[in-house]
Formats: sequence, structure tokens, C-alpha cells
Amino acid sequence: MFSSAVGVLFDGFAYGMLLFLLSVGLSVTLGMMNFVNLAHCTFAAVGGYCTVTVVNRLGWPFLAALPIAFVAGALLSVVLERLLFRRLYRASDLDQCLVTIGIAFMSIATFAWFYTTEPQSARPPAYLLGSVELMGRSFGIYRLFLTAVGLAITALLVYSLEYTRFGARVRAAVDNQRMARGLGIDVDRAFLFTFALGGGLAGLGGALAIEVIGLESTLPLSVILVYVLIVVAVGGLGSIRGSLVAAIVLGITDTAGKYYFPWLGAFLIYLVMVALLMWRPLGLFGKR
Amino acid sequence: MKKLLVAAAIAAAFGSAQAQQTVKIGMPLTLSGQFADAASQMLNGAKTYMKMHGDTVAGKKIEIITRDVGGPAPDVAKRLSQELVVRDGVDILAGYVLTPNAMAAGDVSAEAKKFMVVMNAATSVVITKSPYMIRTSVTLPQVMETFGTWAATKGGLKQSYTMVTDYGPGIDAEGAFQSAFKAAGGNIVGAVRFPVANPDFSAFVQRAKDIGPESIFIFIPGGAQPAALGKAMAERGIDKKKTRVLGSGETTAEAALKSMGDNALDIITAWHYDYTSKNPLNVKFVKEYQGVSGGRNPDFFSIGGYDGMHAIYEALKKTKGNTDAEALIGAAKGLKWESPRGPMMIDPETRDVVQNVYIRRVQKVGGELVNVPFETIPMVKDPAGERRKQAAAKK
Amino acid sequence: MANARRLEVVFWLCTLLPFVLTPNYLSLASQIAITALFALSLDLILGYAGIVSLGHAAFFGVGAYVAGLIAKHYWTEPISGLLIAGVLTGLLGYALSHIVVRFRHLALIMLTMGFGLLIAEAANSAHDLTGGADGLQGFRVPGVLGFKFDMFGRTAYAYSLGLLFFCFLICRRIIRSPFGLALRGIRENATRMPAIGAPSLSHLRKAYTMAAVVAGLAGAALTQTTSTVSLETLSFGRSADVLVILILGGAGRLYGGLIGAIVYMVARDQFSGINPQYWYFWIGLLLVAVVMFLPNGILGGFSKFLKPKN
Repeated sequence: MFSSAVGVLFDGFAYGMLLFLLSVGLSVTLGMMNFVNLAHCTFAAVGGYCTVTVVNRLGWPFLAALPIAFVAGALLSVVLERLLFRRLYRASDLDQCLVTIGIAFMSIATFAWFYTTEPQSARPPAYLLGSVELMGRSFGIYRLFLTAVGLAITALLVYSLEYTRFGARVRAAVDNQRMARGLGIDVDRAFLFTFALGGGLAGLGGALAIEVIGLESTLPLSVILVYVLIVVAVGGLGSIRGSLVAAIVLGITDTAGKYYFPWLGAFLIYLVMVALLMWRPLGLFGKR
Repeated sequence: MKKLLVAAAIAAAFGSAQAQQTVKIGMPLTLSGQFADAASQMLNGAKTYMKMHGDTVAGKKIEIITRDVGGPAPDVAKRLSQELVVRDGVDILAGYVLTPNAMAAGDVSAEAKKFMVVMNAATSVVITKSPYMIRTSVTLPQVMETFGTWAATKGGLKQSYTMVTDYGPGIDAEGAFQSAFKAAGGNIVGAVRFPVANPDFSAFVQRAKDIGPESIFIFIPGGAQPAALGKAMAERGIDKKKTRVLGSGETTAEAALKSMGDNALDIITAWHYDYTSKNPLNVKFVKEYQGVSGGRNPDFFSIGGYDGMHAIYEALKKTKGNTDAEALIGAAKGLKWESPRGPMMIDPETRDVVQNVYIRRVQKVGGELVNVPFETIPMVKDPAGERRKQAAAKK
Repeated sequence: MANARRLEVVFWLCTLLPFVLTPNYLSLASQIAITALFALSLDLILGYAGIVSLGHAAFFGVGAYVAGLIAKHYWTEPISGLLIAGVLTGLLGYALSHIVVRFRHLALIMLTMGFGLLIAEAANSAHDLTGGADGLQGFRVPGVLGFKFDMFGRTAYAYSLGLLFFCFLICRRIIRSPFGLALRGIRENATRMPAIGAPSLSHLRKAYTMAAVVAGLAGAALTQTTSTVSLETLSFGRSADVLVILILGGAGRLYGGLIGAIVYMVARDQFSGINPQYWYFWIGLLLVAVVMFLPNGILGGFSKFLKPKN
């Protein structure tokens, strides 16, 4: 019993890390910049497809593909921010929804065009596969890797946003645009950077997710988007810590539910979300 | 103005003359959304048949018109089928990846008296929706009951734990396997159903591993899920000496095998088609198919599309190009042919597919993982259809 | 004002054109009318009360299943089935409204989505009642008032259009009443309205319940005109679609949902007819273009070009 609980916690934690990577960017852009980006999972899909291309067609190692996935997600978000989103910062939430859903539609068709609708895979190196035995329990090596990457990224994020000069500027820009401008901070660049970071992390998440959930052209509007929205809402807008906690709670709930109460099926995750939001409408760590 | 009118008149005359020479096949498919891949594989199967056998039959040109249903949406499937009949004047309805869509279109086929070929939708009862309908894919009871019986008899298994996706076909497959397994003396030690939208399977696999039954039976829809489940199984490393893994063909489909690697070895599946079959007809089919699909290998959706076109061609040959539904269904009943999957037949009474069910084991052949058939259960009829027939006879 | 009235008359006369001009498109026209009704119901809460819902299909689907179950187990007369479906979805809406109206912003969106997903899951689990993923089987609504729901969709369109027109008139009446005005006040400033004597929560509950009734009617009409019901009627996708349609047309303008439904569904039909595999791309492009060139939806964008009303 104890050992199964450890296993479930571990699996759920690793799954939560994946959800965290996929959603933290949306939480930041939605919370700090008030931009509703329903095309967020497009960045994840771009990261995923880049990895597939680099690994399967060019024959690069899987680990080398991860930074490329990050860059691809970041690049796409920069392009979109420059071309479209920056004109919509003042538009209504509803218009932002419509544009980003439109982009998600277009991206799905584009992926299907270039990569067909076939589910894709990119195999990680053998040393990341399989599992290790510890205390009579097997732990997936890939999930250990996922956890390590997730924790490293979190540390990096928190450090760079909270303890560096650059981070202070970004926070100032999103907290009070006018004031920040007055202080000579380049607000436009801060926004662009935030978008790039969020898109890049989603791209990385998309690459890492291939091994767990697979990759299909419909990813931008799949159930993953629902999970991402749940993480963002439950965590609280704009809160990195909130997203992290929410993603872990969600990951563990999902895994534990499937293990201990499989008959609850998909109900559990939605019930937990509804309960948490009724308890804290602003999310666990939300301020506004 | 006059010129225009003349041109229009010529075009109309030409169009109608051509209409007499063409047979239009309307295919409402799920070309976008979650089931887009299934639909495009099916369509490629149909196109491959036309490439291999020409686009003219009984002096008529065959033309395919596709429409996108977008998902399991019977209202849309029905409307598109209606529109294909009313607006595009199709002679034959074909395709149908999903059961609810095929059921709704069955009404159109019955009302408009159009010959209809179901190329996938595998729920048994679909076939009853129209007297002008045949099926060239597979039915779930056909494979799963056969498999359940086999597992408990020749397979030598005494207990099983079933894991299926919580939706129509999954529940049907669960029911069919369980009842046949129990009827043959086996014991079901537990069952679990995956939510339809289920990205991560690790917890389910872990649970099955911890219970440690003698065998587990799996049914999941095609798409990204078999690969995801395969990855979870690979990671958990289910000990196949202790626990036999049984599944439907999707479980060890091409993409799933790729992502499972050697962990897929020894998984036993029952299915009606695999692209690696060495049957010369199949080798030729796969080669042509790759040309049509841009290098992809066919799967069971493709073979459903291919054989569906074959049935249409053969029926048209028999009716000498007459597309009347009565004539076509009369011609299609009892059709027998050699397909790349093996021998098959359209049951003259139930209009359903009759075919071999192959029991396969994943093995390494020349470095590749392949579903190697080691047992063939010949010419299986749909058992649910047979039961319906008996029930009707009693009344 | 007189101009606006004339425009309205022209609009509704135009809805009759498909009977003569495009008799082969009546099934599509019928489903457009039903979608328009569904979008109108969302407009009642989103456009006029500021309740953004990403789970509105819950009511559409429940209405659809109620109508289907009545036709399957009891009788096939559609109008009474429609009424019962409306009443039952209204009750469900009223029950949920007690929770929903207390929340705003993202929590509101996510809660409506959560309830929608829970109801959809419940319908999937209640396989014996709903038929699960195969859809509800074994019923057929032959026709209404002696007219047959046939393949050509003439009766279906007349039925759906009649229902849409009737509901539209009622909604317009409500919107223009003091109650409608109070709703808009609440949308603009939820804290101040009670101070001038408008009980905002109870107003919002009423609006939510009414929207649920209208959505249920739309769902029931879809069931009856097509003789099919499936889980798709309850799906997240349908909730998202109707939201897109309403925003596309322009929220808070009564006609927005109608225009949105026409544009979206005709575009979808045409694009997917031309390019069945990649039509998503063109629909996406349409959405992006509308926002860039016509902010606040098609009606919102055009009203900027036209002279201000009154």
C-alpha cells in the first residue's frame, strides 16, 4: 500500500511537471499582460513537430532537439506577437479569444498538411527509457528526467524573474506599464520577452510530452488545452508558483484517481477543479 | 448574353451526358479533428483500389466526392449524406469511420434508396439501419468474441483483466471478450475503463501490473492513444512471463509498435488485417498504397476502404453499371473475393462482412517488430448478427 | 429607429429565401437556424449579462437528449417534446445558476466549462440511458403537424426557422424591457446596480435560466429535425463553437449570433466542400481577418462604418 502510494505520487508529480511546462507561459501572458491566448498549445505542437523533424529526419540526438524545440516555440510566439498580438493588447477579451482560436485552427491544418494526421513519435535515447527498481518499486527513468527538467526550469524562472535586474524590469513593465515607461523601461521589449519565454517553455513541454502523451496535429485544441486552462485557473493568473502547485496537484490527482478510483474516470479531475475554484475563485495563488 | 446562354446549354448537356457515364460515390468522412487520420487512411485505401483497377467499371467512370463530418456528429453526417444525395446526385454512399455517423446515414440510405458501403464503423447493429447497406471492415463481436473464446481454450488462459476505453466500441469489445472468455471457462478478475480523452496511461498500467493477473485484455481507439499506452507499458515493464498481454489490432498498430520497442514482444492480438502480411496480393497493395499515401503504410482503415471499393466495383460489374440500390445490394449479397487481408465474403443474409480472424504475436523479424499470425480462425461471421437472425427466426 | 425596423423586416424576409433560391440547401439552413438559436441563447447571458460560458452545450445537449428520450420512450409529437425539453433544461439552468452567477472572469469560464464537461462525462457513463458514444438509437420523429421531416429538409427548416423567430421575438422583448436594461447595467457595473434597486444576483439567475431554456429548445429541435442525438451535442467543442460564432457575429446585439451562425456555417460548408481536409485553415484565417478588420464582431465592425443609431 505504502509503496503504491509512493509510485503514484512520483508518477503524478512527473506528469504535473509536464503540465507545468505546458501552461506556465499562458499563466504569465494571461495574468501579467491580460492577453487571452487560446493558441498556446500551438507553441507546444510546434516544439513537438520540430523535435520529430530533428530527431527522425535529421538524425540528431533527442536531447539536442530540446533546445531547438524551445527556440522554435519562442520564435513562433515572437512572430505572432509582432504581427498580430501587439495590436490586440487593447482589444476586448472576446476578440483576443477569436483571433487565437483562429490561429489554432490554422496551425492544425498546417501541421496536417506538412506532417499528415498520423500520430508522430520521436524516440528518446535508450538510457532515458525503461525504469529503475527502488524499494521494490519501479520508477520510470523518463519521468525522473521530466521531473529534473521541470525543477531546473522552475528554479531558473524564479531566479531570473525575481532576483535579476532584467526580471525586475519585466515585472515592472507588466505590473504598471505607464510607470515603467516613465522610468525608461522598454515595455514593448519586456512584453516580447515574456511572450517568447512562455512560447519557448510550451515548445519544450511539447517536445517532452511526445514520449508521454504522443503528438497529433489536433494538439492545439485537444484535451491538453483544457488541462492547461485548468492549471492556469487553479494556480491563479500570473503566478509561477501557483501554476507549479496547481500542475502538481492536478497531476497527482489525475494519476491517483486513475490508480485508486478508476471508475470515477474523467470525473475526478473536473470535480477537483470545480471544488478548488469555488473555494478560491482567484486560484490558489491568484491576486486579481 | 446569347453566347452565355448557349455556352450554359452546352455545358448542361455535356454535364448531363457525362452524368450518365459516371457513378458518383459520396463519402462523408471525419477528415478533420480527432479521427482525421482514420479517415485519410480510409480514403487512401479507396484511392489505391481505383489506381490499381482503373477508374472505369462497366463502362462508367467512378468519381469520389468527399465531405468532412469533423467528428462523431450524426446530425452533420446525416445532413452531409442527404446533401450528397440531393445536391450532388451521388449514386452510392460510402466511408463512415464512426458508428454514430454510419447509423445516422443509414436512415438516408434507406429513405433515398441508395446503396451504402460502411468501410469502418464496427458496432454490430449498424448494419440493420438500412436494407441497402453492406460492411467491408470488421465487427467488434466478430473479432473480440473469437478472441475471448480462443484465449480461454487454445490460449490456455484461465483469468483475465480487461482494460478498455470508456466509449461505445470499447464497452462492446469488453462485453464481447468477457462473455466469450467466461463461456469458454475463463474467469474475469477485474475490469477498468479509460476515459475517452486520456493523455497519460501510466496509472492504469501500474494498477494492472500491481494486480498481476494471468492476462490483460486491451481495447483502445486508434490515433495517438495506442502509442501512449504502449509507452506506459514499456516504462512499467510488465513481465510478460507472468502476465500475458492481449489486445485488438490497434494495440499493436505500426505507430504503437514503434513507440513500445522490444517491450511489445509477445503481445498477442486478434485482428483481421496487418500490412506486414506476406500474402502476394497484400505485398502489391502495400506498394501501391505507399505511392498514393506518400509513403505511409496501410492500416485496417485503409483495407476497409480498399475492399469497400472492390465490393462497389464488383457489384457494378454484375449490374452492368445499374446503380439502383435494389440491384446493387442484390449483386453485393454473397460476393466473395480474395482481399489483401485474405478471403472474405459479404454474408448474403446479414449483408455483413465474413472473414478470417488472425491471432498474432509480436515477434522480431529481420530486426523489425511484426505482428506474426500463428493461428487463423477461418471465415468468421458476426456472432451478434447471427444472434439477431436467430431471434428474428424465433418470432 | 424606423430604419432599423425596416432592416429587421428585410432580414427576416431574407430568411425565407432559401425555400425558393436554394432548395437543395434546406437541411443546412435548418441547422444554421438551430445554431443561430443556440448562439442567441448564449448572447442573452454573454452579451447582455456578461456571463462568459464555455460550457453552454450542456443545456443544448440535455435538451437534445430529453427530446430524443421522449420520442424514443413516449411519443413522437415534436412540439410537446420541445416544451418539455425547454422546461427541464430551464430547471437545470436554474439549479446551476445559483453557483454560476457568483463568479466572474476566469473562474466563471472554467466553472461553466467544468459543469459542461461533467455533464458530458455523465452522459457517456449513463450508457444504458443515452446510448453512450454510439448515440441514442431507436427513435424517429416522423414530422410535425402532418408535415414530414424528409430528406430535402423543407419541413425541418420551416420548423427550425419558426422556432428561431418565435424565440427571437421573446428575447427581443426581454432585452428591451426594464429587466434587460438592468441586466446591461449589471454587466457594466455589478456592484453599483443593487444600490439603485436592481437585485443583481437574482437578475443574473433569471437570465441564466432563460438562456438555458432557449439552448435546450435549440438542442431539442436539432434532435427532432435530424432524428439523431449524440454525445457531440454536449461536447466542449460545441460550447467553443457557439462562443466563436457569437463573437464572430458580435455579442450583445441580438442579431450577432444569427449573423455569426450564417457566416460561420456557410463558410464552413463551402470551405470543407472545396477542401475537406484542410478547411480549418481558411476558417481560422476568416476569424483572424474578422478581428483585425472588424473588431467586436461582424455587426460591431459594420456598425462603426454605418451612422450611429438613434
